[in-house]
Amino acid sequence: MAVREAEPVGSLQEVHDAGLDREDLLGIYRNLLLTRGVEERGHILYKQGKIPGSFYTGRGNEASAVGVATAMGPDDVGCPLQRDMGVHITHGVEPWRIFAQYMGRADGPTHGRDGNVHIGDANLGLHAMVSHLPAMLPVAVGMGLAFRIREEKRVAIAWCGEGAANRGDAHEGMNFAGVRRLPVVFVIDNNQWAYSTPHHLEYAVEHLADRAHGYGFDGVVVDGTDVLAVYREAKRAIEKAREGGGPTLIESLTLRMEGHAVHDDAFYVPREMFEEWERRDPIERYRTWLRDNASLTDEEEDELTAGVKRHLNEALERAEASPMPDPSTLLKGVFAEPEELETPHHK
Amino acid sequence: MPEKTYLQAISDGLRQEMRHDQRVFVMGEDVGVYGGAFKVTQGFQEEFGPWRVIDMPLSETAIVAGATGAALMGLRPVAEMQFADFVSCAWDHLVTVAAKQHYRAGTPIPIVLRLPSGGGFSGGPFHSQNPESSFAHIPGLKIVCPSTPADAKGLLVSAIADPNPVLFFEHKHLYRRIKSEVPDERYTIPFGEARTHRPGEDVTVVTWGAMVHTAAEAAERLEREGVSVEVLDLRTLIPWDRAAVLESVRRTSKVLVLHEDTRTGGFGAEIAATVAEEAFEHLDAPLKRIAAPDSPVPFSPPLEKAFIPQVDDVVAGLRELAAY
Repeated sequence: MAVREAEPVGSLQEVHDAGLDREDLLGIYRNLLLTRGVEERGHILYKQGKIPGSFYTGRGNEASAVGVATAMGPDDVGCPLQRDMGVHITHGVEPWRIFAQYMGRADGPTHGRDGNVHIGDANLGLHAMVSHLPAMLPVAVGMGLAFRIREEKRVAIAWCGEGAANRGDAHEGMNFAGVRRLPVVFVIDNNQWAYSTPHHLEYAVEHLADRAHGYGFDGVVVDGTDVLAVYREAKRAIEKAREGGGPTLIESLTLRMEGHAVHDDAFYVPREMFEEWERRDPIERYRTWLRDNASLTDEEEDELTAGVKRHLNEALERAEASPMPDPSTLLKGVFAEPEELETPHHK
Repeated sequence: MPEKTYLQAISDGLRQEMRHDQRVFVMGEDVGVYGGAFKVTQGFQEEFGPWRVIDMPLSETAIVAGATGAALMGLRPVAEMQFADFVSCAWDHLVTVAAKQHYRAGTPIPIVLRLPSGGGFSGGPFHSQNPESSFAHIPGLKIVCPSTPADAKGLLVSAIADPNPVLFFEHKHLYRRIKSEVPDERYTIPFGEARTHRPGEDVTVVTWGAMVHTAAEAAERLEREGVSVEVLDLRTLIPWDRAAVLESVRRTSKVLVLHEDTRTGGFGAEIAATVAEEAFEHLDAPLKRIAAPDSPVPFSPPLEKAFIPQVDDVVAGLRELAAY
């Protein structure tokens, strides 16, 4: 049985019905611009030699990340991955702290103990990813388990790429969530390439969302370049999970528009494929939609663009002023102290 | 004070903590209706219900990762691996996520992983291992290896209160063989404090888990030969009580390190290196190690007996040290 393929979002009325007013729509646009802006500035920092190690971006995945994050409730949680900068931005992780993280500075969310998008903010419900993908997927399932045990109406989002979807922990996590009908929404960002390996060498089903039926819940495929369609499907799945309806698997289809990381020129991706998906650029697509359907004016656009630029300039300045971590703090935090459990979070 | 088996003490401690703190819950394979493969959680589901005593699918990864996620949301999971051996299936989630999350992200992961470990009953290569040293090498994990019923209970209570991932190695061979006094009330035993299982003056044995009892039996035999042997039970490996080991070694000047885990890279090597670094001048004999040989744990009784250090092996080692 094939899964449902989501329709694109059409009219402004349809969007209002999905719970977004015009201010929300402009907020989404701002988050998309900020997401791409952070990664573009990061790229420049890398070229300037200011970022140690490698550098990863989620270009092409901005709408998928921002769409899901916009659909989350204030007490929902999740474990976003390396293409999901838009989730951090939408939930309010400050760009200056992201730049500080990139550069290994003391004020980054991990205080220089980890790099790249390996960030989180427990107060915002976001928990830092690890490189072993999708290890955080069953962790998010455990968060959903906690909500079920305490009978809280909260939902956990478990992100995963189409490459990592083939690992055993994705199976164990989805199976357990299905068995117990836990309030978890699985989002597979299918950007078609796992490093250099194309999707047809990664899985044999037509859609990864087809797997949902094997776990006893529904799956849906959505165009990941359509931020409003992603939002609508995520909202539907999240509210279903919140009301006890169990998990949903959302497969969000995009193309990774850059290499796996900055060192990779993605020579193995056919040129025509990049050209085709460049025409579907999620930000340009949404901008056009806003102009056609929500009367986005030149003035509004200029103001938004200028605001994002200003924000990023200030963020960079603040991040560059952040000190490098003090080597004498190397061992700090290997173990947690008992008083750290005396937070509202852990009570 | 009532006498309890090692198994009863663990079960009582866990039940007490679940009554004491609503956040504590149990997850594992067959822990609910069946009461656990070894019956540690027998009767728990009746008392606490199916959402605090959770029968899991056969998915060690989902168990450890699920516990980690629930801990991040403020619960205090006590997860059971049916056998310590199966923790290998969850290595990634223990070592990659749980052990490193606080260091990187600042979020404590207060989980306890109960690991029925050890051999001596023909469990074969996959139901008999003592993998504690593999995890002792991973910064961010705490490791507990109790040898007595009273320690098992008090250390379990401390493990549940600890804000870090704790691996609680319960020796299966002790479950029903060891019985001693255990206080009924709630109490804790701090991590990193060794216990003198048997005081002595001539030789120190440093050990933990089931080997404490092997060492004690050997020490009694040496006593009859006029050699006074001190048996020091480390109780926890991470953190371990360096001060107690060094104090005892400086006093007796001879030391035997004993463990059921295999020899190469075993935790005994760490103790030996520390003694060499810190107490070399006090030694009157080369430090001696007795451990399982570097092979998988064999199934057939004569092979397994040759694998696990026996009282006779320890007696021979102690005689050698005493005569040096």
